[in-house]
Amino acid sequence: MNWVPEAASSFAGKVDGVLWFVTVLSIVFFILITVLLIYFSFKYKRKTENDYTPYITGNQTLEIIWTVIPSILLFVIFAYGLIVYKEMRTPPGDAVEVNVTAKQWIWIFKYQNGKSTINELFVQHNRPVKMVMRADDVLHSFFVPAFRVKQDLVPGMYTQLWFNPTKIGTYDLFCAEYCGTGHSQMLAKVYVMSPEAFSRWEKGDEEETTTFASTKSPEELGKDMYSKNGCAACHSIDGSAGVGPTFKALYGKNESLQDGTTIEVDENYLRESILIPQAKVVQGFAPSMPSFKGILTDEEIDALIAYIKSLK
Amino acid sequence: MATGTAATISEPSFLEYKSGFRSWFYTTDHKRIGILYLVSISIFFIIAGSIAIVMRAELFTPESNIVSPHTYNVLFTLHGSLMVFFFIVPGISASLGNFLIPLMIGARDVAFPKLNLGSYWLYLIGAAILLFALLEPADTGWTFYTPYSAKTNTNVILLTLGIFVLGFSSILTGLNFIVTIHKMRAPGMTWHRLPLFIWALYSTAILQLLATPVVGITLLLLIAERTLGIGFFDPDKGGDPVLFQNFFWFYSHPAVYIMIIPAMGVISEILPVFSRKPIFGYKAIAYSSVAIAIISFFVWAHHLFVAGISETAAIIFSFLTFLVAVPTAIKVFNWLATLYKGSIQFHSAMLYALSFLFLFTVGGLTGLHVGALAADIHLHDTYFVVAHMHYVMIGGTVMGFFGALHFWYPKWFGKMLDDTLGKIAWFFVFIGFNVTFFPQFFLGVQGMPRRYATYLPEFESLMKLSTIGSWILAIGMIIMAYNLIKSLYSGEKAPDNPYNSLSLEWQTSSPPILENFKEIPVVTDWSYGYGKKG
Repeated sequence: MNWVPEAASSFAGKVDGVLWFVTVLSIVFFILITVLLIYFSFKYKRKTENDYTPYITGNQTLEIIWTVIPSILLFVIFAYGLIVYKEMRTPPGDAVEVNVTAKQWIWIFKYQNGKSTINELFVQHNRPVKMVMRADDVLHSFFVPAFRVKQDLVPGMYTQLWFNPTKIGTYDLFCAEYCGTGHSQMLAKVYVMSPEAFSRWEKGDEEETTTFASTKSPEELGKDMYSKNGCAACHSIDGSAGVGPTFKALYGKNESLQDGTTIEVDENYLRESILIPQAKVVQGFAPSMPSFKGILTDEEIDALIAYIKSLK
Repeated sequence: MATGTAATISEPSFLEYKSGFRSWFYTTDHKRIGILYLVSISIFFIIAGSIAIVMRAELFTPESNIVSPHTYNVLFTLHGSLMVFFFIVPGISASLGNFLIPLMIGARDVAFPKLNLGSYWLYLIGAAILLFALLEPADTGWTFYTPYSAKTNTNVILLTLGIFVLGFSSILTGLNFIVTIHKMRAPGMTWHRLPLFIWALYSTAILQLLATPVVGITLLLLIAERTLGIGFFDPDKGGDPVLFQNFFWFYSHPAVYIMIIPAMGVISEILPVFSRKPIFGYKAIAYSSVAIAIISFFVWAHHLFVAGISETAAIIFSFLTFLVAVPTAIKVFNWLATLYKGSIQFHSAMLYALSFLFLFTVGGLTGLHVGALAADIHLHDTYFVVAHMHYVMIGGTVMGFFGALHFWYPKWFGKMLDDTLGKIAWFFVFIGFNVTFFPQFFLGVQGMPRRYATYLPEFESLMKLSTIGSWILAIGMIIMAYNLIKSLYSGEKAPDNPYNSLSLEWQTSSPPILENFKEIPVVTDWSYGYGKKG
C-alpha cells in the first residue's frame, strides 16, 4: 500500500519529509501515552473496594518536563514546516506562467503561446511552471496530490502557486474547495511531457488532430470531448437529473424554455447552447453554463453534437 | 468534602415535585432546563447522525447512486450545521453545565433562572426556524463560504438566521454561567477548590460570550448581502470573499474549544473518582483551560493557509497554532499521571474517559500535521482534516459527553444504568468510530478531497471500510440509546452517591430536591481528596 501519492514535483519529497517527521514524532508520543494508559489501567486495576491509593496531587518537576519538551518539539515542527513552505511559495525566476481560470465546474488553462485547454494541463518535464490563477464565480482550489500543491482561487484576486514536475506521466487535479453541485466532477488531468513531446504539442495540434481525425468517428470524438471538457459535471448521459438537462434522448426532444416558448432540440439549438448558453435556457435550470466560444473548435462542436445525437 | 449536607432527604425530587407540560415549559429550575437541553440536543444528534449514515452509504461506491450530488451537498451541510450549532456547541455546556454548575458549587440555582429559561426558548426558536429552513435546505457546507453562499439558489437565509438566534442562546448561557460561578459559590468554595469541570465551563463561557457575537454579525452581513445586495464579500462591489472566512473562523475556531473544553472538564471529574486518586496537577489543568481559551482567539487563520492570505500571516498563525498545543499536551499528561498508582475501576463512564484520552491524543497529534505549513498545503481540505476534526469532536467531545451521561445518569434520573450493556455499547462505539475515521487519514494523505459526492475509483476500498465502520458505530449508539431509555423505567434505584465521590453534587439526594440542598453546604476541602495522605 502506498502511504503517500507518487512524489512528482521537486518539493514533493520535502513535503513528505515534514509529513513523516510529524508522523514519527506523533507515533512516539502516541505509543508513550497509549502504553502508559494501558499499563496503568491493568497494573492498577481495582482489586478490592478498599485498595490503598496514595495522595499524590502533582509534581512540579514533571509539569516542567512535559511543558518544556513538547514546546521545543512543537517549535521544531513549526520551523521545519516553515522552511519547506517558503520554498513552496517562492517560484524560481525562470518559471513559465500559465493562466488558470476556474469556474463552475471546469478548469481553463491559457498558455503563453496563446493556446488554451480545458480540464487538461500540459507541462514540460523538469521545467518550473507558475500558475497565475483566478476564479470566475465562486471559490475553487487547485490541488494536485502528486505535486503536493494546493491553492484556492478567489474571485476578484489573483493567487499563484508553482511546481517543477520531475516525473513524466499523467496526474489528477482536483478542485479542493467546495464550489457547488458539480464540485466532485471538477477534475482535470496534468500531463507532464518530455521536452520533445511538449514542443510538438506547443507548436501545433498535430497530436490532437492526428489522434482525433484519423481513427475516430465523430461520435467517438464527441464522447472524448464530453469527458474532457467537463460536460459530465452537469449533463448526465443516463437520463438522471443534474445541474443541466441530461443528454440522453435530448436530440429531437421538445424543451420548454424559461420564456414560456418551446423549442425542438436540433443541431442549431445545440450549437447555440454551447456557444451562447444563456440565449435559450430550459425551464427549471439555472443559467449557469459557461460559454465554450473560443474554447471548442467547429470540428469539436460537430463531434459533440454527433455524440449527443447518438444518445437515444 | 463538605459539611452540612443531609444524608437522607425526604422531600420530592426536582423530577417529581410537579408534573405536566407547563411545569417543564415554564420551569426556571436549572436541572429541568438541563434535561430540556439534553432531550433537544439528543434529537438533533440523532437526526444529524442519521444523515451521516446516509452520506457514508452514498460513499460506499464511487458513483452517485443513493442520492444525487446536490442532495449529498445538502446532507453534508445539514450534518455539519446540526452537529456543530444544534448539538455540540450547546451540548455539554448547556445540558450538563446547567444541571451541574449549581450542584457542584453548592448553589440553589444559576444566577439568572429566568434568563436561563429564556436562553432555552431562544434555542427552541432557532430550532423552529431551522425546521422551515429544511423545506429548501442550503447546500453551502456548514462554513457558508462566500461567494457561493451569496449565490446559491438554496435557502441560506433561514438556516443562518436559525444559527443567529441560537447564538444569542449561547451568549446568554455563557453570561449566566460566568455570573453564577463568580457570585453563587457556597461558603468555602474558593477558586482553587472548584471542581475542574467548573473551571472548564468557566473558560467555555468566556469564549461563548466574546466569540459568538462575531459569528452572529458575520451571518447577518451574509443575509444583508443576499437580501439587500450589499457587497461586503462580493469583489464586484468592492468586497472581499476571504474577509468572510476571517470573520467566520474568528468565531468558529474558538468554537472548537467551546466544544472540547467542557469535555476536558468531564474527564477531569471521572478519572479521579474511578482511580480513587486526587487529580494530578490541579492548577496546571485549571489554568491550561484558561490558557487554551485565550490563545484560541489568535489561531483562526490556520484555516486559511491556502485561502489567499499573505505568507507572513500564514507563518504567524502557524506559530500561534503550535502554542495552543502546549496547554493541551499538559492536560493529557496530567490525566495520565492521575491513573498512576490508582485503584482503577472500569465503569462504563471510565471506559469513555479512557477512550477520550486515547482518541483525543490521536486528534491532537494529527492537528500538528495540519498546523505545520508545508504539510497543511497538501492535507488542507482533504479527508485528513475530516478525520482529524472527527477525532477531536467525536473522539474528544462526544466521548466526554457519553462519559458524562453514564457518570451523572444516577444523579440526574435517580436510576442506575445497566453497566454491562453500557460496556457492550462502548465497545461498538469505540471500534466503529475507529473503523470509520482512521482510514480517512490515509484517504486524505492520498489526496481524497472532502465534500465530494462522487470520487475516483482508487479511493474505493478505504471508503468502503469507512462506511462499514459507520454501521458498527450506529449499532453501538442504538445499544446505548436503548440502555439510557430502558434504565429510566427498569433501572435499579440509585443511591445518593453510588461512586463514593467527594464532589458536592453527590452529597445531596439522587435525583436532587428542587433547591438542590436542604442547607447550603459549607466547603472545607477540595473535591479530589481521594487516597491516603502521607
